[in-house]
Amino acid sequence: MINIQHNDKQQSIDSSPNAQLYHALKDTCKDASVRFGCGSGHCGACTVLVNGQAENSCSTPSWSVENAVITTPSGLLQDPVGRIVLDAFLSEQAAQCGYCINGIMMRLTGLFKRDKNATDNQITEALTRHLCRCGAHLRIFKAAKLARNQIANQ
Amino acid sequence: MSHPLPPSLSPSLSAYPLASQWIEFTSDSKVILRSGKVELGQGISAALIQTVCCELGFTPTDVILIAGDTEHSPDEGYTAGSQSVEVGVFAVKHACAIIRSRYTEFAAAKHGCKPHELKISNGKFHSNNINLSYKEISTQLPLQNIRVDDALSNILVDPLPELVDVERLDLLGKFTQAGYIHDIDLPGLWHARVVRGPHPECKPLNLDIKSFESSVDVERVFVQNNFIALLSRNEERVIQGLAKAQKLISWSKPNTLVYGSTADLFTAAKCRSTVVVDQKTPNEVSKSSSLSVGSTKNLTQRYTRPYIAHASIGLVCALAQPAESSDRHGVLTLWSHSQGVFKLKEQICKALKLDPTQLRIIHSPGAGCYGHNGADDVVFDAAFIAKSLGIPVRVVWTRMDEMTQSPMGSASLVELNAQITNTGDISNWNAQVWSNTHLNRPGWSDGVQLLGYWSAFGDEHKPTPKDVPLPTGGGLRNIVPPYSTDALRVEHHFVEKSPVRVSALRSLGAHANVFAIESFMDELAEQIQMDPVELRLKNLPNVRARGVILKVAQMCDWENRGIPGNSVGIGLAYSQYKNHAGHCAVAVRVEVTHKVVVQKVWACVDAGAVVHKDGLLNQIEGGIIQSLSWTLKESIGWDTNGITTADWENYPILGFDEIPEIEIELIENPGDPSLGAGEVAAGPTAAALANALSHALGIKFRDMPFTTENVMKTIENAD
Repeated sequence: MINIQHNDKQQSIDSSPNAQLYHALKDTCKDASVRFGCGSGHCGACTVLVNGQAENSCSTPSWSVENAVITTPSGLLQDPVGRIVLDAFLSEQAAQCGYCINGIMMRLTGLFKRDKNATDNQITEALTRHLCRCGAHLRIFKAAKLARNQIANQ
Repeated sequence: MSHPLPPSLSPSLSAYPLASQWIEFTSDSKVILRSGKVELGQGISAALIQTVCCELGFTPTDVILIAGDTEHSPDEGYTAGSQSVEVGVFAVKHACAIIRSRYTEFAAAKHGCKPHELKISNGKFHSNNINLSYKEISTQLPLQNIRVDDALSNILVDPLPELVDVERLDLLGKFTQAGYIHDIDLPGLWHARVVRGPHPECKPLNLDIKSFESSVDVERVFVQNNFIALLSRNEERVIQGLAKAQKLISWSKPNTLVYGSTADLFTAAKCRSTVVVDQKTPNEVSKSSSLSVGSTKNLTQRYTRPYIAHASIGLVCALAQPAESSDRHGVLTLWSHSQGVFKLKEQICKALKLDPTQLRIIHSPGAGCYGHNGADDVVFDAAFIAKSLGIPVRVVWTRMDEMTQSPMGSASLVELNAQITNTGDISNWNAQVWSNTHLNRPGWSDGVQLLGYWSAFGDEHKPTPKDVPLPTGGGLRNIVPPYSTDALRVEHHFVEKSPVRVSALRSLGAHANVFAIESFMDELAEQIQMDPVELRLKNLPNVRARGVILKVAQMCDWENRGIPGNSVGIGLAYSQYKNHAGHCAVAVRVEVTHKVVVQKVWACVDAGAVVHKDGLLNQIEGGIIQSLSWTLKESIGWDTNGITTADWENYPILGFDEIPEIEIELIENPGDPSLGAGEVAAGPTAAALANALSHALGIKFRDMPFTTENVMKTIENAD
């Protein structure tokens, strides 16, 4: 059994310690907001926050998150920073297929939690861990900067 | 400003001529819209919903869209080819306008008022003393009694005021909860993976099934000939089983040769050559013959594009619920993110020997596909397993499958030859294209186009490749230049055998052909020391074409672009997609440092009447970025064992730190029909980039992609 805080809920995950966090969230916690992309940490689609730090859930073993707070896209609405990031992506309509966006919003939420004045370069640097195939990059940048500005002005 | 109705009725309306086949009013004051055009991330759902709101007077949240369900939606063919607005939206627009008109007439007659005294909002007709809903009227004037395939001569109640763009209603769900096909759950669901090699032609060698079954450690293994599926109730277990399976199986080598370049491949290939265009305009024949040899320059050049992957971020996925475990007795239900569920249904019925009444396919969103990827194949995988074993199943491919098994966009070799006078008159334009087919969707040719079917039932069922003829064109798409020439000859060298599996990728052959034509135009201009924009304008009779070029030239300050060879360059290119859809001009500024850095892109598009501006801008911007990625970085590689570009490390795409600033202007023509625009930018972006690179370095770049390695090679060869 591995104990985690999944968004605002305490959960005991009954899975092998080597099971990847993605599967623990999807199968045991029934959290369908986390996206699977490559399984090797290259695309960033599966990104979640582990104690506020963005991690690829497809390549994070469950044993390594014992007692950690895991924030996923389904927890964005309840997260004060995440909510702003989510609203910025909606207001900019920053998506085409949208498959890459959830991981990207988690990465940005993690960045803005650490640094509410993150620079444009820091945003770009953070986003280089992600891939988008539709070409929604500029809207994603716009949404990220909008969220950053709103968080910084709070 | 209201949009005009199209001059000819959408083909969708001839096939589905009753209002009830498109629209249904519900007792809770909502409206159900049925469409064959599905949301692929291109934003068509917002354009469809906006159309219903504008034509019938509903609010967006009261519109329920049912799209791509073989039991409940009209069959509008594929959602592809930049035709969803041209065909799908205009079918809905016309149907809704007729319904509004008939119901207005009815409401006015019933209450003894004039039609113009009525107003419509929130699904109701209002005047001083009337408050009548569409639903109420539909009980007396049923939608099945209204034909929508008539021309509309008399519109009662003008179209309602235009909404500002309707937002995508699917995004909040996708961003925070289950939003894709991968998230659908079914009672008793099994997870399956199909074991596949490094190339679609690879077959497992000497497989001892008994020892294999005991080694992979999953609950079930299903094998039929070369189709090997692993199943578990636990998804991670089946993924671990697949990793073990890959180590246990050795694969046969694919029947492919390795070539030094795309040009080498097509030069060596066996091909079927056909002259598809051979025309001289009588009054220009004399002009041609009057050109003295001394006053003309003759130019021949070759341009290439490699094979390119769809490379979706998400993996293809399908679910199947067999007849016995469904509440719909006797019906196998499939969930798919295919671009064409109706054609897919025909193919699955053929493959599994099912009557059409025994199969239903429901579209459910996947990651962006950009053409025919593995989305159809994976449906066969799921349907075959579910039908054979009688269990509900979800099949997901792997990242390696996406990059090796999924069809790729075909490579092309384009040779252009023409003469030009020193005043810029072009003559004897001769184009030759070597390419494989650019369309291999299920049902396009004979046989069955489903990968798993060949593994299970034999390669003899593979369709014979055939391409799309002009004017639409597959490998020949956009090969006819938009420029005036006295004589035009196009020869197609169709190469049947391809070293990788090929089918439709966004814009088909237009990416390579526009790249070639627009690079060649710059080279022709250089021959006579003429400005490339001036040469284009001189030879372009089309006013709308000239309009987008002039606009982009102004946007990028073309006149002051500087001299060539300065490490910084600006290039420009134009095309009208498919020679009949949207017009697009693109300018690109690059700087060459240790690599090619795209600094800025300007684009101008004329797509006629714009239905959903934000969606259109999103598509153009995405198309530019995707084309930059193809053109700068992408190329499928293979060796004698199979595809070598099987993951993101070996098949890099454009990253967030490589995205240029992009400025887009639309030339709106509200009085004209909407022209397809989702794919307009692919070709012009590639050519503008090549022309910018040539301007920056003073040498020509004719072979995509422009990776640092390839650029260095070109520079070395030029020295």
